[in-house]
Amino acid sequence: MKIVVLIKQVPDTADERTLDAATGWLNRDAGDNIVDEINERALEVALRVKDGDKSTEVVVLAMGPDEAAKAIRKALSMGADSGIHILDDALAGADATRTAAVLAAALRDTGADVIVAGNESTDGRGGVVPAMVAEHLNLPLVGSLTTLELAPGKVSGERQGESGTLSISAGLPAVVTVTERTAEARFPNFKGILTAKRKPVTTLSLAELEVPATPAHAVIVSHNERPPRVAGTKIVDEGNAGTLLAEYLVENRLV
Amino acid sequence: MENLTEEQQAVVEMVRDFAATALAPHAVQWDEDKYFPMDVLAEAGALGMGGIYVGEEHGGSGLSRTDAVLIFEELAAADPSIAAYISIHNMVAWMVDAFGTDTQRAAWLPGLTAMTELGSYCLTEPGVGSDAGALSTRAVRDGDHYVINGTKQFISGAGSSAWYIVMARTQDTGSHGITAIMVPDGTPGLSFGAEEKKMGWRSQPTRQVVLEDVRVPATNRLGGEGDGFMIAMKGLNGGRVNIGACSLGGGRTAFQKSVAYLKERQAFGGPLIKQQHLLFELADMDTELETARTMLLRAADALENGAPDTVKLCAMAKRVATDAGFHVANQALQLHGGYGYLAEYGLEKIVRDLRVHQILEGSNEIMRLIVGRLAVED
Repeated sequence: MKIVVLIKQVPDTADERTLDAATGWLNRDAGDNIVDEINERALEVALRVKDGDKSTEVVVLAMGPDEAAKAIRKALSMGADSGIHILDDALAGADATRTAAVLAAALRDTGADVIVAGNESTDGRGGVVPAMVAEHLNLPLVGSLTTLELAPGKVSGERQGESGTLSISAGLPAVVTVTERTAEARFPNFKGILTAKRKPVTTLSLAELEVPATPAHAVIVSHNERPPRVAGTKIVDEGNAGTLLAEYLVENRLV
Repeated sequence: MENLTEEQQAVVEMVRDFAATALAPHAVQWDEDKYFPMDVLAEAGALGMGGIYVGEEHGGSGLSRTDAVLIFEELAAADPSIAAYISIHNMVAWMVDAFGTDTQRAAWLPGLTAMTELGSYCLTEPGVGSDAGALSTRAVRDGDHYVINGTKQFISGAGSSAWYIVMARTQDTGSHGITAIMVPDGTPGLSFGAEEKKMGWRSQPTRQVVLEDVRVPATNRLGGEGDGFMIAMKGLNGGRVNIGACSLGGGRTAFQKSVAYLKERQAFGGPLIKQQHLLFELADMDTELETARTMLLRAADALENGAPDTVKLCAMAKRVATDAGFHVANQALQLHGGYGYLAEYGLEKIVRDLRVHQILEGSNEIMRLIVGRLAVED
């Protein structure tokens, strides 16, 4: 089986994440950039299939600036076999629509049996790219799985909803996304770290992909700094604190 | 950090992540419960930490001594006791790799490097510590076997290990009459004393190893007859650098906790960090740790390249780093006032754990003896 895992480099959630005051774009130098944890979980899904069947091929695909190579390297050190890096200055600021079109173009020739991604990134949190990729490739989307099983020709799993659990399955090839409830990702071992550099990474530019040219790109209309936290509401007990507290909770729809 | 390669950065990052999730949250509890987490050691083994500088052929990671310093610092930043145990285990695995025959290496290294089989280093005896060349455990050749009698003292991992590398006397020729023999757990006549009650290092067992007419095949001998002391000392060169790195890691955490605490703690109308004498204290602590790091990396480099002054540099680095680690941890406790003395804050554990680093792998007095003798020898 050939599994392609979509990975994205995002600012470490452990660091302070800021927007550039002048442009409104993400300030990538403000902290560490790491493989999105949800993508590591997606990779873990693929690596577990490979643990059980060594003939499984795991490819990671990332679109991003030079530094995204580091995210690919991390995935390779964890056990992926090879990487594809879509690297093109013209893609700076690509929105979800553009990103999905480019990813789909790169995926088209990979011959993937299944494409695994996180359900939404921890930075943008749009959660639409995998569905758009599936649409471009005319594949079923099996989204937001909390458990899943990949068997030859079939993916099945469960999706948690507010009103219950959905058991879903689809024939392969398909696009699958997982939530943070799937298994935690493994650590790369020393051997993995040392061999990662020897694994092949293909770098693709836009010119090498069949993506219709488009002048469309995301623009920042306006941005504001998050307002500073204000002091909370204080209820002074004059014998009626219970009532006031209940009123406050109801008023703010907290109960 | 200083000029780390991409791989070294990735190694450090991984060990830090592993230590932060698998060790740090449990360190205080393991200490209190005197619990030896063998399952977590096996996890560390799966990541390559059982044979850090053991060759790759039989499961080792093939990393350098400098890498080992970086790794032990990170492990000890989370838990000095577990880090130090892993350091001792690595010393044993390396001795097998460096002095074992191909057959021995193929037989023993896969389990040791995976840390599914742990190794204990058995040199010290109840009556012989610093003067290790005078040890009295005896191995007598009997056909294709050795019969070993004696008692080993302060043995880390005893009772839990699969392999005991025992330094035993085969001839009455001082340190030249000592032979290293691998004794597997379960050998008739091999038994263990009660678990020692210790000031620190409580999450790893320390026991006597008692050998009464223990028969092992002569093929379990590591190196030649009479090579044991040399093998034990060569193992210790690396052991000293690694234990120094464990002191550095523990000291670093104590220092970082102190910086955070002094920024937050309010007294005399502001945060304590505004008191200049405390700032100077932090400066000294930081400087001591960086001095230790510099010495450790230099010694590791000498060890890696077989430099002629390796023994001296390893001894110096061990003394500087273990003194620095303990001193910084102890000062950190002082800076935390009464809170530092409470187990909950995890600081007094670091002090207790790091104290023994000044005593073992050759006491710091022996380090000065080594350095002094080398300084005046012709």
